[in-house]
Amino acid sequence: MSRRGTLKIYLGYAAGVGKTYRMLEEAQALRAAGADVAIGYFEPHGRAETIAKTAGLEFVPRRTIAYGGTQFEEMDTDAVLRRSPAIAVVDEFAHSNVPGSDRAKRWQDVRLLLEAGIDVLTTMNVQHLESLNDQVWHITGVRVRETLPDWVVDEADELVLVDLTPSALRNRIQRGVVYASEKVHRALDNFFAEANLTALRELAIRHTAHEVEEKLVAPRREERILICLTAKPASVNLIRRGKRMADYLQADCLALHVAVEGAIDPVVERHMNFAGNLRIHTHVEEGSDIARVIAEFARLHHVTQIFMGRSGPRHWYQRFGETIVQQVVRLARDIQITIVAERRR
Amino acid sequence: MTGHSDRRPNPDELLRRVQAEERRKQRGRLKVFLGYAPRVGKSLRMFDEGRRRKSRGQDVVVAALQDRVTENVSELVRGFEVIPAAAGAINLAAVFRRNPQVCLIDELAYDNPRGSRNAERWQDVEEILDHGIAVITAINLQHIREQQDAVEAVTGKRAAQSVPTAFLHAAEEIEVVDATPESVMGEARTLAELRELALLLAADVVDRQLREYLDSHGVSAGWGTQERILVCLTPRSNAAEMLASGQRNARRFHGALLAVSVEQPGIGTADQERLQRHLALAREMGAEVHCLKSADFAEAILAFAHEQRITQLFLGHSLRARSPVERLIHAAEDFDVRLFPHPEVK
Repeated sequence: MSRRGTLKIYLGYAAGVGKTYRMLEEAQALRAAGADVAIGYFEPHGRAETIAKTAGLEFVPRRTIAYGGTQFEEMDTDAVLRRSPAIAVVDEFAHSNVPGSDRAKRWQDVRLLLEAGIDVLTTMNVQHLESLNDQVWHITGVRVRETLPDWVVDEADELVLVDLTPSALRNRIQRGVVYASEKVHRALDNFFAEANLTALRELAIRHTAHEVEEKLVAPRREERILICLTAKPASVNLIRRGKRMADYLQADCLALHVAVEGAIDPVVERHMNFAGNLRIHTHVEEGSDIARVIAEFARLHHVTQIFMGRSGPRHWYQRFGETIVQQVVRLARDIQITIVAERRR
Repeated sequence: MTGHSDRRPNPDELLRRVQAEERRKQRGRLKVFLGYAPRVGKSLRMFDEGRRRKSRGQDVVVAALQDRVTENVSELVRGFEVIPAAAGAINLAAVFRRNPQVCLIDELAYDNPRGSRNAERWQDVEEILDHGIAVITAINLQHIREQQDAVEAVTGKRAAQSVPTAFLHAAEEIEVVDATPESVMGEARTLAELRELALLLAADVVDRQLREYLDSHGVSAGWGTQERILVCLTPRSNAAEMLASGQRNARRFHGALLAVSVEQPGIGTADQERLQRHLALAREMGAEVHCLKSADFAEAILAFAHEQRITQLFLGHSLRARSPVERLIHAAEDFDVRLFPHPEVK
């Protein structure tokens, strides 16, 4: 079995901070030192300084895919595998491939390269991390669609922060370095507003610090978090929050759905898939007494914390009948229970 | 509702802000490149920034250089006008006569020779800024005064020269120069620990800038990027477990730990004593402790949690119907509520 390639990610907090530039700088340095480097995918965005940094580097031609009457260009993963460079440069790690591609996500293409023993340099922004999706929306009002599971990033051998101050970034945008002129003002007022950028930058710095720390501390598995899934849309937020908590506390993470009547709601199915993609162990149990099933499952699996959404229309303070949350609190007495807020803007 | 500070600034505060704003306008902008260890490339980044500004037409000079620089740096430096040092320190008189728009100053942590106008170089930089000249400079973590104990704990060494953290906080811009440890000289684990310290310091500086920005624009944003954990203590709560759990969360997230109690009328002496013990424990565990006064427990906690941008609220629970816990869960919008059983319930 051959060696797995190493993955190095250049992490930024917005378009234009210089991730691709830094990545290419490294590629050039490696090439100058005699390494076999090829570009698998590069997104020029029309930025002259960045394009200049590709001078002398070999490009593996891209693949053209027709979709909806338009031609799209994607990385030709097979061609990169055939070319088999020691190091491949693959821009935009979080990119979603156009339908009709062999794999849905670029990070899946990158994993193939790594498995073939090719080292990969790539770029991404902090807002593409799945676990931060709600927080980023809360801060910026933008729901980022291209996300990748945190474990994919955790697996990287190296993560380097590409930092730039928000005022320098805004200057770049003003000078038209980042976007074509007609988009400049809109960009500066919206996503690139100073407070947004500052907050995103703080997230990027903190995340880098977290990744550095993760590699320093010995894993301890003392805690076990159980996320209770339902068909409610807020379950997605609950999954992200519970998983993020589990990752930071180095806890195991399980998810449970209690099916009252055998068949599983397709929405629940989607939530279970979403959780599974984040590497949460999902379980389905049948039973009519939901709270009791949750409490028994939790005890059986040595769960230390249960994450639940707020109970539905019948409020917890109402006199008659208890809500599910209330019942679980009563039944799972020695387990901590977290009720996750449905964060709004 | 008491025990929760008035958000409107008083006239003195306003005056102070206006004066600070005036002063800031006349002062040169300060930009600092922060590295976590020697040779991460912060000087290179600083001179490169100077080069780009020069190419955009700004008047840039170099006012301080390190004795030894890498080949890359010395090549960059050749493109600048250098104001030579006088008697081992920045030649302030020459800088003021020359009066450039931007001054590049390498090696910010530097003790001037005895008899110089200022004892330390960062004080020279303050004067340059006061003359309305922008400064771009670079510093490594081990030279930041309030970080020196932490750095010494990691490396066993302590740098002789240092700059106060307050100087960094006064900078308009601070930029992290990050690199993976393999490109820097030294032992991998040591470097990783230094790198984490530098990143967390930068995150704190950025967090403060964010707060200042939001305050000065009158935005009371409920959001933050940091986890802030509030442990609500009552005489009955399982304080030890709640605080231990809160502390662990705060540590892992590098967030803040706060503890709060609400003074309620008619509380008995035994309960009062128990509560005081809980609060003492909270202080011991490094929590920021607040005591609120209100007849309405849930309302007081909610307002305080909102004001403090809390993301996780830890509550003890009893199984009593109509306990304030019910109301808090119902009203919580921006934070999670974690319930801890009261010891009696077990």
